[in-house]
Amino acid sequence: MSLWSRISNVFRGEHLNRDIEEEFEAHVAEAIAEGRDPEEARRALGAAMRQRQQSHDVRVIGWLDSLRADLVFGWRQLKRNKVTSAAAILSLALAIGACTSAFRLIDALLWRTLPVDHPERLYAMSREGFGFDGKFGSFDSWAYPDFQLMRTAVKGQAELIAISYTIHSDITFKTDQEMEKANVQHVSGRVFPIFGIEPAAGRLFTENDDLKPGAAPYAVLSYDYWSRRFGRDPNVVGRTFHFGDGIYQIIGVSEKKFTGTEPGTIIDIFIPTMMHRSVTRQDSTWFRMLVVVPPGTAVEPLRAKLAAVSHAFEAKRLSGQTGLSPETLKNVLNNEMLLKPAPTGVSWMQKEYTRALGALGMLVLMVLLIACANVANLMTAQAAARAREMALRVSIGAGRWRLVQMVLVESALLAFLAAASGALFAWWSAPFVVSMINPPDNPARMILPADSRVLGFGIGLTLVVVLLFGLLPALRASSVRPVSILKGGDDPHSRQRLMHGMIALQVTFCFLVLFVAGLFVTTFKRLSNKPTGFSADRILLLETKSRPAQSPIYWDQIADQLRGVPGVERVSQALWALLSGSGWNDSIAVNGGPPSVDLAYFLNVSPGFLETMRIPLIGGRDFRDGDLYNNTAIVNEAFARRFLNDDNPVGKVFEIASDDGKRQPMQVVGVMRDAYYRDIREPMLPVVFVPFHHKDAKGGLLPEGDETFIVRTTAANPMALSTTLRQEVSKARSGFRVSNARTQLELNQAQTIRERLLATLAFFFGAVALLLAGIGLYGVLNYSVLQQQREIGIRMALGAPVGDVARRVMPGISVAVAIGAVAGLALGLTSVRYIESLLYQVKATDADVLVIPFLTILLAVVIAAVPAVLRAMRVDPVAMLRVE
Amino acid sequence: MAKQDSLQGSLDLLVLKILSRRPRLHGYAIMSAIGEMSDDVLRAEEGSLYPALHRMEEAGWIRAEWVTKDTRRRARIYELTAAGKKQLAAEESRWVTVTSAVNRILRTV
Repeated sequence: MSLWSRISNVFRGEHLNRDIEEEFEAHVAEAIAEGRDPEEARRALGAAMRQRQQSHDVRVIGWLDSLRADLVFGWRQLKRNKVTSAAAILSLALAIGACTSAFRLIDALLWRTLPVDHPERLYAMSREGFGFDGKFGSFDSWAYPDFQLMRTAVKGQAELIAISYTIHSDITFKTDQEMEKANVQHVSGRVFPIFGIEPAAGRLFTENDDLKPGAAPYAVLSYDYWSRRFGRDPNVVGRTFHFGDGIYQIIGVSEKKFTGTEPGTIIDIFIPTMMHRSVTRQDSTWFRMLVVVPPGTAVEPLRAKLAAVSHAFEAKRLSGQTGLSPETLKNVLNNEMLLKPAPTGVSWMQKEYTRALGALGMLVLMVLLIACANVANLMTAQAAARAREMALRVSIGAGRWRLVQMVLVESALLAFLAAASGALFAWWSAPFVVSMINPPDNPARMILPADSRVLGFGIGLTLVVVLLFGLLPALRASSVRPVSILKGGDDPHSRQRLMHGMIALQVTFCFLVLFVAGLFVTTFKRLSNKPTGFSADRILLLETKSRPAQSPIYWDQIADQLRGVPGVERVSQALWALLSGSGWNDSIAVNGGPPSVDLAYFLNVSPGFLETMRIPLIGGRDFRDGDLYNNTAIVNEAFARRFLNDDNPVGKVFEIASDDGKRQPMQVVGVMRDAYYRDIREPMLPVVFVPFHHKDAKGGLLPEGDETFIVRTTAANPMALSTTLRQEVSKARSGFRVSNARTQLELNQAQTIRERLLATLAFFFGAVALLLAGIGLYGVLNYSVLQQQREIGIRMALGAPVGDVARRVMPGISVAVAIGAVAGLALGLTSVRYIESLLYQVKATDADVLVIPFLTILLAVVIAAVPAVLRAMRVDPVAMLRVE
Repeated sequence: MAKQDSLQGSLDLLVLKILSRRPRLHGYAIMSAIGEMSDDVLRAEEGSLYPALHRMEEAGWIRAEWVTKDTRRRARIYELTAAGKKQLAAEESRWVTVTSAVNRILRTV
């Protein structure tokens, strides 16, 4: 009770004083009633003030009381300068919020260990070297038979877990017409016991669910999906759904904390690896491999053992492949195996966004430093205005630390107000950034907890911020010498030196932010303005499936039916859309020669596809009805250059050389202009378009299960027609349905999601940095004019021209700005190496990238300087001389 | 700091003892009681009494309460708490020990 009442009494100061006062009054009244002399009674009670002070001191904690007084005083100070305080709080809030937001994202993606037992024991296995396409890279996908051999080889030493790439796939709980999408992942049966994950309902997989191919059609839902899709209905256990060609039964729901091992993706449905259709195939790689290394097991011997087993497997498998060039074979077998710690899981988003988020984190840190410098300058200027007050406090006996405390409390008040608003900003902005990472088929979803880690970071950051902008002004304010102040003023130059230093820092960071923002914006502009070679204008893509696979005749009939729908201009078919991410590649052999090392990329298209996509034909003809697969081909210029010596390719014949040694000759009937197939960043690939219709061994046409209808609409927004066309496809023939409708524009934009994110955010923070630096400059200039008013007044009275006055104000600032810009440039040029992989066709040494930040800052300086110079010129010499 | 007076060191004891006999007294009544019961030998200074009362209240030995008297004036009255009773016992035995020791010295010398 005692400590608490003393603490609470701190906050009821006035009330407490009144209480004591009233008790004394009652005492005096009592004495008078007893017949004592009122005067004497009062005198006996002693000086009421002293009494009260003693009683008051007993009833409150001294330091807490002074803290309270400082808080109240600080609050009054903040309220007195409403506009500047609001500006300071807002700029700090934005910066603190952005930093916290960046921390949340980076922490969630890279630093937070998986919520499983012993995440520190997890390692991810990958290979590095030249792949089958002849390009250097890192690969983390594996074939299941290889995995089984490795698992057996290290049995007893380490556990191996297979976790497939996530498929954003069609599933149905009732009829095919009620199709929905879910993130499906194949996992080893042992994964839940090894990770120590408990069921939230039903049961989870065990080893027994993962023994024989196709034997256990079971599924485990994630808690997140169970909540979103089924409202945590416990009766969901036992229900079945269709996925791929199978029917699966839900056996349970996993624990809430576990959302998979891929930060950036939240798994909806887990299925045993043994249910994957490629589980017995040696040539299909489809999952990542995690290795659980128990304590005491050395990693390197383990890696060597796994590498030896896998190498033997690959060597045996590839020895039967006569279709590979010896060079490719040698390259692939020389791949190096790596075993890297993976306590935070493995995901495409980590690979893709680590650097981007790091760069953004640095940008927001710069903005924070700029904001801190701003507030420090603000506090310094205010401290100057309060120098007399400080001097007075010192003269009547205030201790130095008491003054430091007073100024720091004011800073802390400012910072915590800013941190509170910043928390709101972070709460909103981190999910907003994640929502900007939205590839059409796999939008990122991240668990972004606001837990003690984030809170701790926020509080730590706020304290650092308080020290950054509060300490110097506080120490300076506390070191006042009353004599010089009370005499009329101290040396303003030392204060200005501090402020000019801050300005130089601000300009440095501002330059850096603008420079990096310029690089990102240019990258995005270059990439998004890059011609793709085809037109995405008004193109709607209907990814369509039939179950079971149906004759291409029927597919053609549906295309015809779609052509009759009002609003449809053209309809063509392709196995998949350009830039959709899918691909089919093979080696090429010319004139019976060996298979090529670099690969050509293939796509089945219908007659008219070129015209629908507006890809110009520069020689020969388009496909026509009756063209069959492997008789005819249309190649692009890159293909003609690479494989056919570029001289009039029409009529020439080349062979597709499959890995197993089989060769299929094709005749070139047309040549088209280059168009991007897979990725607009890579060099143009050699591309071959081939007809859809394909004779099977018996001479009939091969049935098809997947096609994409490429529809060019007449209306500007192709999506408007998607519902109608979906229905039209289902109506046209039973068993057909559209599993996904999207526009070609979406696919094109998906190519530059990361660049757009970086450009947008960098541009935003660049603008904020510039604004803050501008405000900072304005404040300091304004202050220095105020400080020099007397001097300016005297000079003007003596007849100094206006230009001379302006020159008085500017030089310190100009030097600071120049130093800042040069330092920013140096920092920018050294740090650009770190973000090089995020850039496209833009160099740090490009003239415009360097000049634009300089000009922008120069412009900001001029704009910020105008009011101060005007003010200096308006100084009235007479009024000035009369002031003192 | 508390003013030096004749009750140095024993004021707490007297206040606690009086409150244990007659609960719910206000400050003036406590002061009068000290004078009355000691036949005006002892006198508590107002300047020491109130800080002592407030200190003992913060220590949790006594608790205070505002009551409205018939004169419509509010008075702050005090009474002993359980902790105060324990404290009284401790102070009393300490007092007895000290005074008997002083007496022994006075007698032997």
